[in-house]
Amino acid sequence: MDSPPIVISASPHVHSERTSKKIMYDVVIALVPAFLVSLYVFGFNALITTSIAIISCLLFEYLIQKYLMKTEVTITDGSALLTGLLLAFNVPAGLPIWMIIVGSLVAIGIAKLSFGGLGFNVFNPALVGRVFLLICFPVQMTLWPMAVVNNTTIADAVSGATTLGIIKEGLQFGGTMTELSAKLPSSVDMLLGITGGSLGEMSAIALLLGGLYLMIRKVISWHIPVTILLTMAIMTGIFWSIDPEHYANPLIHLLSGGAILGAFFMATDMVTSPMTKKGMVIFAIGIGAITVIIRLYGAYPEGISFAILIMNAFVPLINSYFKPRRFGSKIKAKIM
Amino acid sequence: MLKTFSKGGIHPPENKLTSTKTIKRLAPPKVVYVPIAQHIGIPAEIIVDRKDKVEIGQVIAKSGGFVSSNIHSPVAGTVTKLDMVIDSSGYKKQCIVIRTDVKNETNFQETEYPLKKEIDLEPAEIVKRISDLGIVGLGGATFPSHVKLNIKEDKKMDCLIINGVECEPYLTADHRLMLEKGEEIIVGIKILMKALHVHKAVIGIEDNKHDAVELFKRLTADEKEIQVAALQVKYPQGGEKQLISAILDREVPKNGLPMDVGVVVNNVGTIFAIYQAIQHNKPLIERVVTVTGKKLENPSNFWVKIGTPIKDLIEEVGGMPEGTRKIINGGPMMGKAIKNTDVPVTKGTSGILIVDDGEACRGEVKNCIRCGECVNVCPMGLEPHLLMNLTEKGLYEKAAQEDIMTCIECGSCSYVCPSNRPLLDYIRFGKNITKNLASSKN
Repeated sequence: MDSPPIVISASPHVHSERTSKKIMYDVVIALVPAFLVSLYVFGFNALITTSIAIISCLLFEYLIQKYLMKTEVTITDGSALLTGLLLAFNVPAGLPIWMIIVGSLVAIGIAKLSFGGLGFNVFNPALVGRVFLLICFPVQMTLWPMAVVNNTTIADAVSGATTLGIIKEGLQFGGTMTELSAKLPSSVDMLLGITGGSLGEMSAIALLLGGLYLMIRKVISWHIPVTILLTMAIMTGIFWSIDPEHYANPLIHLLSGGAILGAFFMATDMVTSPMTKKGMVIFAIGIGAITVIIRLYGAYPEGISFAILIMNAFVPLINSYFKPRRFGSKIKAKIM
Repeated sequence: MLKTFSKGGIHPPENKLTSTKTIKRLAPPKVVYVPIAQHIGIPAEIIVDRKDKVEIGQVIAKSGGFVSSNIHSPVAGTVTKLDMVIDSSGYKKQCIVIRTDVKNETNFQETEYPLKKEIDLEPAEIVKRISDLGIVGLGGATFPSHVKLNIKEDKKMDCLIINGVECEPYLTADHRLMLEKGEEIIVGIKILMKALHVHKAVIGIEDNKHDAVELFKRLTADEKEIQVAALQVKYPQGGEKQLISAILDREVPKNGLPMDVGVVVNNVGTIFAIYQAIQHNKPLIERVVTVTGKKLENPSNFWVKIGTPIKDLIEEVGGMPEGTRKIINGGPMMGKAIKNTDVPVTKGTSGILIVDDGEACRGEVKNCIRCGECVNVCPMGLEPHLLMNLTEKGLYEKAAQEDIMTCIECGSCSYVCPSNRPLLDYIRFGKNITKNLASSKN
């Protein structure tokens, strides 16, 4: 017989166009605007850091799966590429190359593959990589490079020159917000990304654009990012309204550090976030609250990476407590 | 904003290729294969023998119990065999094989009747007639209709819902029937309202059938008790529980029936069959079948005698196209794939769908990325990924606690899964084992 055989399988017989690969590449596309901003601000360094992170993530996944685990190699599914890209976004541009490679090994080898690969990891791999580097190499990881664009009011070249770093240090040495405000970049600069910080976290506008794209493509829903940002705004708002001299206002908190990158791209990682909308809101409130507590009282100026990782650990628990409402549980309607 | 059901749902490509094709009547086939189990419940009992001459519409198998149904001869002819024939389940089932008498004129008479509006029968007589003439639900579940009309005394009914949703992609049998037999369907609705003693009926039609919505709005302009509800296009709105939720915003409780919320739901095809049974004393021996597929020469809607082999229908639309990979009895979401085209059309056959490589093949199964989309789309509020996982591990009791038995097998979860995971396959498997475990305990 020339014609192909007739297939028998159970329903449904059709499938949507959605695949995990498309989802991964949608996230990559969403990160492009922020990447372009980092190229503009940090130039060649941004390109090097990003390329090294992506290449080493793909390479480690290939090597470990092929020679260590002896399983199917899944580097084409887009997830390792995304991990590399997000890792690069979370480190300072121009970090020594070997450190980026170590970070990639931790992200892919420890955080992802040792848990069983895509779908089984408990913690966000890129964040595990970043936090590992932050703890091992605190100096290099907070050495924020000078921006290439020198004609704008750029954050000064002293190390720790991120908005949150200036505030943390300034307040520790008895300064007030009024005194510090002169040193801080303007809200417009923070929105555009003309400031110090990790490679991909600076430009709020570019990240929001990407986040919007993900929401339109239905890769993420509003629940996690909006709840994180809202929680942060409310909490910092309360502190600020009580003592505006010793607490930065909510706008500074939302536009600085990794708040937007974390809320839209790191916390929304499907594998490490809850399944139901209810669960997502609880998860996001936790992230927002822990971030604010670390920012205001912790040793580090920024805490969203830690907050996301801490809440990642609660995801299985959240999933088993916050189940979808079963159909038929609604209170019985009155029959006329 | 158009109404729709409370939870989940998907919108697969509609592909209604035949929505403008008038229903054509086919000449009776040379031989019909009439299975005795065409409905949910107890199979009918054969009351004819080999070489018996049968008239068109004569009872050839008698209802085997309360939840069962009579079966009538679709043609006038001679019983040639009582045989085991493969049906759409893929198993051999008892069939009555009848050779059509080509000389008998009743086989070729146009069975079009003039519209009759007066309803002479009393409620109890209506129910009896529906039972006698073998009417079952034609939406696909083939539940004997008289059972639905036997309302327990403690239940209070207030609404009849008519299912004109046809949410399965490709199928247009109900859509065409509504357009072509609108007035008869209105009379059928009144018959059922009389039988049920209810004073409210709502016809639910998805808004992609705008012509049918308009037609019924016009036909019911003077009817105070019959309303038309245009519904948002969303699968599986044709599911009984989803339709009640969409129209009345009532949720049938877990393990409950529509009558628990005061409702009876009937498909438009069933309503038309009831109209013919009550007004013209015609048993259920034919139905509308959509024969469709993107590669078919001439996809069409047909009036088909029960027992007609599917291959006759495929011949009628231009033959099996090159590269066919799947033949589906029903729609793409809930239909059954069949291999053998000798399978006969039964009371539950709403369509035959022929698909090629592009649509038929399942993608490679990948790891679950925990996107939660299966949870989002589940119309029953279940967690398909969890149910699959529990079934895979053999934790059936846990799966039962997670309400696996309430799954309506609509397939929305498998449809959306970006990792092509066979969620519904596992859930079905888990349901079967859970059911067997429960019955072995009793």
